[in-house]
Amino acid sequence: MYKVVANSELAPGYKLVKIHAPLVAAKIQPGQFFVLRIDEKGERIPMSIFEFDRKRGYIETVVHEVGKTTKKLASLEVGDGIMNIIGPLGKPSEIRRYGHVVCICREGTVGAIHPIARSLKRAGNKVTIIVGARSKEYVFLLDKLKKISDEVIVATDDGSMGRKGYAVSALRDFLKSNKVDLILSIGPTLLMKTASKIAKEHGAKAISSLGAIMLDGTGMCGACRVTVGGETKFACVHGPEFDGYKVDFDELKRRQKMYVEEEKIALKEYERLL
Amino acid sequence: MSKKILPKRVDMPEQRPKERVKNFEEVALGYSETQALKEASRCLQCAKPRCVKGCPVRINIPGFIKCILNHDFKTAIKIIKKSNYLPAICGRVCPQELQCEKNCVLGRKYEPVAIGRLERFVADYNRSREYKVKKKVKLNGKKVAIVGSGPSGLTAAAYLASYGYKVTIFEALHEPGGVLVYGIPEFRLPKEIVRKEIEYIKNLGVEIKLDVLVGKTLSLKELFEMGYSAIFVGTGAGLPKFLNIPGENLNNIYSGNEFLFRINLMKSYKFPEYDTPIKIGKKLAVIGGGNVAIDCARCAVRMGAEVSLIYRRTEKEMPARSEEIEHAKDEGIKIFELVSPIKFIGDEKGNVKKIMCVKMKLGERDISGRRKPEVIEGSEFTIDIDTVVIAIGQSPNPLLLETTPELRVTNAGTIIVDENGETSIRGVFAGGDIVTGTATVIQAIGAGKKAAYAIHQYLREVGDV
Ligand SMILES: Cc1cc2nc3c(=O)[nH]c(=O)nc-3n(C[C@H](O)[C@H](O)[C@H](O)COP(=O)(O)OP(=O)(O)OC[C@H]3O[C@@H](n4cnc5c(N)ncnc54)[C@H](O)[C@@H]3O)c2cc1C
Ligand SMILES: Cc1cc2nc3c(=O)[nH]c(=O)nc-3n(C[C@H](O)[C@H](O)[C@H](O)COP(=O)(O)OP(=O)(O)OC[C@H]3O[C@@H](n4cnc5c(N)ncnc54)[C@H](O)[C@@H]3O)c2cc1C
Ligand code: SF4
Ligand code: SF4
Ligand code: FES
Repeated sequence: MYKVVANSELAPGYKLVKIHAPLVAAKIQPGQFFVLRIDEKGERIPMSIFEFDRKRGYIETVVHEVGKTTKKLASLEVGDGIMNIIGPLGKPSEIRRYGHVVCICREGTVGAIHPIARSLKRAGNKVTIIVGARSKEYVFLLDKLKKISDEVIVATDDGSMGRKGYAVSALRDFLKSNKVDLILSIGPTLLMKTASKIAKEHGAKAISSLGAIMLDGTGMCGACRVTVGGETKFACVHGPEFDGYKVDFDELKRRQKMYVEEEKIALKEYERLL
Repeated sequence: MSKKILPKRVDMPEQRPKERVKNFEEVALGYSETQALKEASRCLQCAKPRCVKGCPVRINIPGFIKCILNHDFKTAIKIIKKSNYLPAICGRVCPQELQCEKNCVLGRKYEPVAIGRLERFVADYNRSREYKVKKKVKLNGKKVAIVGSGPSGLTAAAYLASYGYKVTIFEALHEPGGVLVYGIPEFRLPKEIVRKEIEYIKNLGVEIKLDVLVGKTLSLKELFEMGYSAIFVGTGAGLPKFLNIPGENLNNIYSGNEFLFRINLMKSYKFPEYDTPIKIGKKLAVIGGGNVAIDCARCAVRMGAEVSLIYRRTEKEMPARSEEIEHAKDEGIKIFELVSPIKFIGDEKGNVKKIMCVKMKLGERDISGRRKPEVIEGSEFTIDIDTVVIAIGQSPNPLLLETTPELRVTNAGTIIVDENGETSIRGVFAGGDIVTGTATVIQAIGAGKKAAYAIHQYLREVGDV
């Protein structure tokens, strides 16, 4: 059992959950993830790390409540247990000196981008973070982002905070007056596809962290296969980060929808039983 | 000999095909005591039993059969467990017809003694009576780590514990057992039985740590630093092979591993009571002809699909056990022989809808002695389906090897070991599918047993014990 040691709301539908998982905390590197299973009947789902405390053995993750498992996870109280956690999984981000890096994300994926941006900054890069959100309410952990970067740009769909519009529009504008060497995107597939396209036009490198559907997370099933540069890769072991120029984002998006009908059933059952 | 030999073995009761396709319960029901006694009486108690030579772990077969005849089932299990800690499993899944039973002298004239069924009977009889061995082993103060909890790892652990070592198994998944829990379906090997056999091994003092992916969570070097004096690697062959043909990443195309993993380990057949979903569809095709392919097909039938098995040679060449092929056919699975897929075709949503195939013919024999399938030009045709399972084999699990470059491997990705099972790293031993490539449960057990002994020798030599 892995104990939940803190759980706080960041925004409607978003929680910051802190878990005691010493073996994962001891080793995890920015860019890697872990897989959890809440209880006996639960499914295995991958989650990223927002923060880790190697000494005390804690990991923190931003939970976006989208379906049964993430809702169940978000509802856990301090002292509750998670049955299984395995990690770290996947390859760490390639942290080196690129020059000027833009990290672009949306709402909950600030969690995953935070430790990567921090390491990139520590490695001597200039780091700009662009955060997109529906509205002001969904912009969170901003202080943390400001502390680890040179600049944070906020874009909201309704204009209630920062500039109005999508994060990728903010990126386009930013590139008008800035030379950027790497654009690292973690977020909805369309955001990553567009960000990678913009990077290419601009002559910057593109890296995206792919949210493929996973099962074991250790390379044994092939559920997470993605096409990168015409080749099939397993996102859980060869990724989750890949060269954004080469990723077949349309295929990824299609595969992410494979179980939408079942997900609806699972959620309905869950809510009925609550 | 004056004894009159019963020419035919005692049949084992089975669930009838019409019923069993509606459930995941065990197909073969096992012998009753009377049936077991009758079958046991067929054994000639040979002075030089040839059957034993056919068993990779050399169980004293006439010895335990004699105990059955004497109604001494406790001694029977003791005899078996001396050579094999997982008898309820082997009695069910060993390809006996190629091993112990193939060698039985009775087989020359009559049907061989049903050794596997008798082994299963003894194991089941004692399990249902909660029979436990209370062995007091004096700990020698040394620790050994085992990577992977498949049959090879479990066996190595059990023997090392019986020699007095403190043994810890590190397993990546959330349940121990390897292929026994994530691969072989419930209706061939109930998971409750695997759990009980593992319980027994834990009672010998073996500790199992789940959720540890060695190579990522902990390295081999760290295991040594944690005070383990030697390591056994039994990580298996779990990397799925794909066909590398167009359309393979369309939705609703699974590897055999993923399909079985969802059904067996995650209990997708009980969705939504269990959370993990699976797609079955109305028409499902399995590609392949081995045990894994047959297992996938039989699972899919139970979940309500019309199932076709697509194989590029003929049924005769199928590597799956003939008994299982018969079972599959009885359950209504259609076999397409001499057919090979060349392309998957999807709809606008990216869901697979058709398989384009070609017909094959058998040509010259290849190195394995089987006739090589060749494409018949211009024979393309399509099959309508909505789910596909690709079960054409697995390669060795590469993860530990990639993160441990000092470990020497073959081109096929199997770990290179010497005659004692020792790898290129001193104190690290390996066995099972990670060394041989996909093989059998009993071969993995044999490798675990041998490595345990070699580890014991090694630690004595280096003066650690
Ligand atoms: C490398 C990686 C890191 C991730 N990090 C985070 C994170 O830090 N915080 C967070 O909230 N979410 C994260 N996710 C996404 C998270 O795993 C899914 O939202 C979760 O699995 C959904 O499960 P559910 O039962 O709540 O929803 P469901 O209703 O089952 O699914 C909702 C959607 O989530 C996706 N999804 C479903 N099952 C899986 C699965 N087994 N694996 C991956 N995606 C799935 C599908 O696109 C699906 O349409 C990450 C995903 C990946 C691949
Ligand atoms: C579907 C299917 C049906 C089969 N049917 C039969 C049959 O009827 N009869 C028969 O005799 N054989 C059968 N086999 C073959 C048999 O199951 C295998 O030969 C046997 O299980 C191999 O045992 P093993 O101990 O080498 O590895 P496995 O059983 O593969 O176990 C390896 C274990 O190691 C774990 N692991 C891997 N890497 C790591 C790591 N880095 N860190 C921690 N843990 C790790 C895995 O999660 C797994 O639990 C079948 C195989 C399959 C797939
Ligand atoms: S372990 Fe397998 S090969 Fe050995 S006696 Fe039992 S069934 Fe036969
Ligand atoms: S060879 Fe056959 S008859 Fe002889 S001891 Fe073995 S099982 Fe019995
Ligand atoms: S999740 Fe199974 S191989 Fe990646």
